[in-house]
Amino acid sequence: MSHTRAMDTVAHAETTPDTPQPYAELGMADDEYARVRRILGRRPTAAELAIYSVMWSEHCSYKSSKVHLKRFGETAPESDALLVGMGENAGVVDVGEGRAVTFKIESHNHPSYVEPHQGAATGVGGIVRDILTMGARPIAVMDALRFGPADAPDTRRVLPGVVSGISFYGNCLGLPNIGGELGFGAGYAANPLVNALCVGVMRHEDIKLAQAPGPGNKVVLFGATTGPDGIGGASVLASATFDDQSQAKRPSVQVGDPFLEKLLIECSLELFAEDLVVGIQDLGAAGVSCATTELAAGGTGGMRIELDRVPLRDSTLTPEEILMSESQERMMAVVEPAKLEAFLAACAKWNIEAAVIGEVTEVSPEEAERGGRLRMTWHGETIVDLPPRTAADEGPVYERPYARPAEQDALQADTPDRLDRPKDAAALREQLLSVLAAPGVCDPTWVTQQYDSYVMGNTVLGAPADGGMVRIAEDSDRGIALATDGNGRFTRLDPYTGTRAAYAEAYRNVAATGARPIAVTNCLNFGSPEDPGVMWQFAESTRGLAEACRDMGTPVTGGNVSFYNQTGHSAIDPTPVIGVLGVIGDVHDRLTSAFRAADDGAALYLLGETRAELGGSAWAGTVHGHLGGLPPRVDLEAERALGEVLASAAEYGVAAAAHDLSDGGLAVALAESALRGGAGCSVRLEGGVEGAFTALFSESTARAVVAVRPDAEDAFRELCSRNGVPAAAIGTVGGTAVAVAYEGGGFEIPVDELRRAHTATLPEIFDAE
Amino acid sequence: MTARVGVVTFPGSLDDRDAMRAVRIAGAEPVPLWHAEADLKGVDAVVLPGGFSYGDYLRCGAIARFAPVMGELVPAARSGALPVLGICNGFQILCESRLLPGALTRNRSLHFVNRPQRLRVESGATAWTARYTPGEEITVVLKSGEGRYTADAATLDALEASGRVVVRYSGGAPNGSDRDIAGVANEHGNVVGLMPHPEHAVEALTGPSEDGLGFFTSVLAHLAGSVPVGAD
Repeated sequence: MSHTRAMDTVAHAETTPDTPQPYAELGMADDEYARVRRILGRRPTAAELAIYSVMWSEHCSYKSSKVHLKRFGETAPESDALLVGMGENAGVVDVGEGRAVTFKIESHNHPSYVEPHQGAATGVGGIVRDILTMGARPIAVMDALRFGPADAPDTRRVLPGVVSGISFYGNCLGLPNIGGELGFGAGYAANPLVNALCVGVMRHEDIKLAQAPGPGNKVVLFGATTGPDGIGGASVLASATFDDQSQAKRPSVQVGDPFLEKLLIECSLELFAEDLVVGIQDLGAAGVSCATTELAAGGTGGMRIELDRVPLRDSTLTPEEILMSESQERMMAVVEPAKLEAFLAACAKWNIEAAVIGEVTEVSPEEAERGGRLRMTWHGETIVDLPPRTAADEGPVYERPYARPAEQDALQADTPDRLDRPKDAAALREQLLSVLAAPGVCDPTWVTQQYDSYVMGNTVLGAPADGGMVRIAEDSDRGIALATDGNGRFTRLDPYTGTRAAYAEAYRNVAATGARPIAVTNCLNFGSPEDPGVMWQFAESTRGLAEACRDMGTPVTGGNVSFYNQTGHSAIDPTPVIGVLGVIGDVHDRLTSAFRAADDGAALYLLGETRAELGGSAWAGTVHGHLGGLPPRVDLEAERALGEVLASAAEYGVAAAAHDLSDGGLAVALAESALRGGAGCSVRLEGGVEGAFTALFSESTARAVVAVRPDAEDAFRELCSRNGVPAAAIGTVGGTAVAVAYEGGGFEIPVDELRRAHTATLPEIFDAE
Repeated sequence: MTARVGVVTFPGSLDDRDAMRAVRIAGAEPVPLWHAEADLKGVDAVVLPGGFSYGDYLRCGAIARFAPVMGELVPAARSGALPVLGICNGFQILCESRLLPGALTRNRSLHFVNRPQRLRVESGATAWTARYTPGEEITVVLKSGEGRYTADAATLDALEASGRVVVRYSGGAPNGSDRDIAGVANEHGNVVGLMPHPEHAVEALTGPSEDGLGFFTSVLAHLAGSVPVGAD
């Protein structure tokens, strides 16, 4: 009990240098602890140890990934659009009309396995606060999810819980969910991925940064009270591999209150509008430790905090527990004394509790040299006195050893060439239906219909469109499009190419809405960085993404790394999830992927080049349970040209529908377009059954299918040839079936039969009693 | 003179701005009303929007019912004078306030459901549906987790007999509502509550249709005196 035991003050620490400290239990290595002692010139107090242990955790310090993430900055393309780059809570890009957009994706993988509903819910809450902290009104969310095999018993616990958590929290916040991804794979069985993305919009002049300038300014904690939930949550959970003790970590998962977060959003936006804050930071992982050290490090370097002023929901919390608590829905602001009254009044209007817990202080040149000075007291006694930059910015950096795993060669040598191909039309037809029904390909409505996509009234495209699109404001025609993509199978086969393929797919998804891609965020989900094979995957992956962003002129604006997604020695397939943001001048020009009855007779063009590329494909995985060979080649110049054709086609209004080709190739794209609009199509493919097979199931990149009305065909062909994009007329829209003909054969599948195959999978599994 | 239609914002209201947009598109002036102010600002009609008022703690709509703004609203609505439309959470608030009979409970699936929803308009004899023809099918948005309308059989029989079932789910209620009821009216026809969201179907760009606009143009016609109201 805090008030009965002796307080471990700074003075006490100085006189008791040999007191044993539980640094190892807090996840600190021997040399890290030794470094803290060197920095302080004494042993840390219990409170200081708490701060360093969470701030130097993998989750907060990026100590294993930093040397690789540097690439994103070093090779960043020149971009006029970038207003705030990496390092802040989220990057900010210009979208025109004086408005800016901030977006970011973040993982909540480990909590979502331990307690799926709350883990996923608080993942949404955390990313929304990151966006709010930049000064923006959050306007949409998306999520990228991966689970174990759909029919595995534990998936029936984890998936419904995660979906209900996202639904509960996001719907109650009033943010439209405009899409995302759903995937399944054996490696995710005990390591589900829950990556939540949020996007917000603001005026250029309203950008806020995490900083604490101006000595004498007040430090205010507002929002929820601080409790014992999530103590060490992200920092402990996300920085260690699961083992048999995982159930014991349940108390580390935070509990969310979306209603309070909604009030916090409205209250914060009012504080911003009335110019009542000079610096702001949300409390996420590492709670008060993180907010105070980062705000101080970003300002004068000096801050004094009276920790006993933190409003508590459990009066028995110790100072260390307060420092480590990850209670949700809290923010910290730096406020000028003259504006404090107005600040507190705005909080009162929204029923938000606020407490002044300290102030910004001057630092001497010597103190600045050491990294500033953050002091915390507990009922008058000094329990923390440390240079905040050493905790926030100068954590350990590891150059972890990495090496290409020995089994990589064998994996790549086992190509899909050995797999049996369909021999006739009946087999093609049957395999098309089974790929269309595969859990990672099938209709995700069971999941997406639990999310509100309409609220705010600006959603122009939502699930299951290729990318989500929202109007940036009610009084504007301008819009942004967003897509996230990741393909663990491709990345496993070749981390460099697989990551570029994920980038290319997200880019293509955005382009297929008619928007022009301008910026990138990422969530890099990997196994343990202590495994050299995993670290090699990570190094290759970041190299691939950095080069792709450089070549395409789309800077990485921020992101998140999630390591330790593994159980025992079995790591997930490396899964970098790449989010691409695009801009469209007029949302009325948007493209949809639906073949409608009104498009009857429109010509179907297949854009791009199709090669026999089946390594890691949905066909190989679904029909043969095979993963081997190489992922499809990535040609970014071809992606750029395709994107230009799609954006221009949208602008000129020459396309009736457009759909990118990815999982399941042309077969799935045609089926999805038919299902989304209700009209069928007839296509004629070159070659015999083997040619038709490749045309239908290859997953070559830089491809899309576009429906063009007869009167626009000339203009469309001209557009393709001007951009050097191969365009093959393969058929027409119309009828009530998808009909495929090739030399010597053909088959038809009625749209109703496609619908049954596509929609039955998830309800059959997750609605079963 | 332009009609003034108030839209109440409770803490946790989410579709308040959407309701205001719908009012504006219909040609009226939207007037924001704040839950903590016992003042209707002289508006001609009121929309209680969707969302999670007061976090839906205790029961959906149970706390909002006691908000200061409801003090003036409830008697004016009960007397038949003030047209009030409750959408989703607003419908739940009207039921909790006893302005409408019945209650809304968890969807039978136990999941939140968001989808374009076909409805059949059963009654044009209310302040909010006069612009529709009885039997007309419209598509608006359904998005709710506790949208299952329920009441005892006698109440349901009385509602049906007096023509106070305003809209019904077409092709079966996705939430398990009794008799597929999606919305009901009070005996004067001035108070209407429904779970689906007409305010999200007022623009082809952002909604599944523009079918929902009729609710808002109906009340303007009603206020202009061109449409008499009375369920009987």
